[in-house]
Amino acid sequence: MMVFYFVAFLSIFFALMTIFTKNPVHSVLYLVITFFTFTVHYVLLNAQFLAVVNFIVYLGAIMVLFLFVLMLLNLNEETEPMKSNLVKIMGTVAGLCFLTTIIGSLNLLEASNPLILKNPDIGLVHNLGKVLFDEFLLPFEISSILLLTAMVGAVLLAKKDPKKAQSEPENV
Amino acid sequence: MQGVPLNHYILFSTIIFSIGVIGVLIRRNAIIIMMSIELMLNSVNLLLAAFSAYSGDPAGQVFVFFIMALAAAEVAVGLAIIVMVYRNTRSLDINTLNRLKW
Repeated sequence: MMVFYFVAFLSIFFALMTIFTKNPVHSVLYLVITFFTFTVHYVLLNAQFLAVVNFIVYLGAIMVLFLFVLMLLNLNEETEPMKSNLVKIMGTVAGLCFLTTIIGSLNLLEASNPLILKNPDIGLVHNLGKVLFDEFLLPFEISSILLLTAMVGAVLLAKKDPKKAQSEPENV
Repeated sequence: MQGVPLNHYILFSTIIFSIGVIGVLIRRNAIIIMMSIELMLNSVNLLLAAFSAYSGDPAGQVFVFFIMALAAAEVAVGLAIIVMVYRNTRSLDINTLNRLKW
């Protein structure tokens, strides 16, 4: 039980570091640690499939993509655009207002029972696969179309404009 | 996890979600804003998994799987757009993209 609170503290700490660090590369690295703590949370919930997928997809694929783009664009602390202090304070206050609203509405909710795993096996690949390929087969196939569309879209968007490349060959 | 109240999971997810909202509001670098959006998506994922474990229903964890597929697609397209914006404006400052501003 104490493990949850410790890992939750780590997640919050590294999430705060992510948004308050000036250097974008450090930001990405803190976000990687945050996602790793989320993987630990999934393990604690006995959602093993989600833990593995979170580890592979988020830490392996998405974060590497972020880091790759950051290094491709050669960003560092000097070129980092920062907002004025007034906007920062207003943004923080707005976020804290949101937090207070949700916490206040939690008091109306009677959901404080301890989380006891009624059926500890639901997070295993065996059981999730049965649900995924039986009940959720259509959404699963549609998500493959979504990924294909995203791939085509990303290639189209990131490709150089051929007319522009001819007129300005030195333009990267 | 045995013994942790569901309320604490909701509280924790809300805190992470608020951190994501604050990150979107206070940063001007487009990549950091996308990272904050990832943070928000992840907090919702964790809450879905917690509720699914709470009620013993595997559907919640399947939803998390779909959200992850969606996040991967979103990141690929979003980063392609960011690379294109950088190529055209030579910066990642979202304040340079003010044509659509009212």
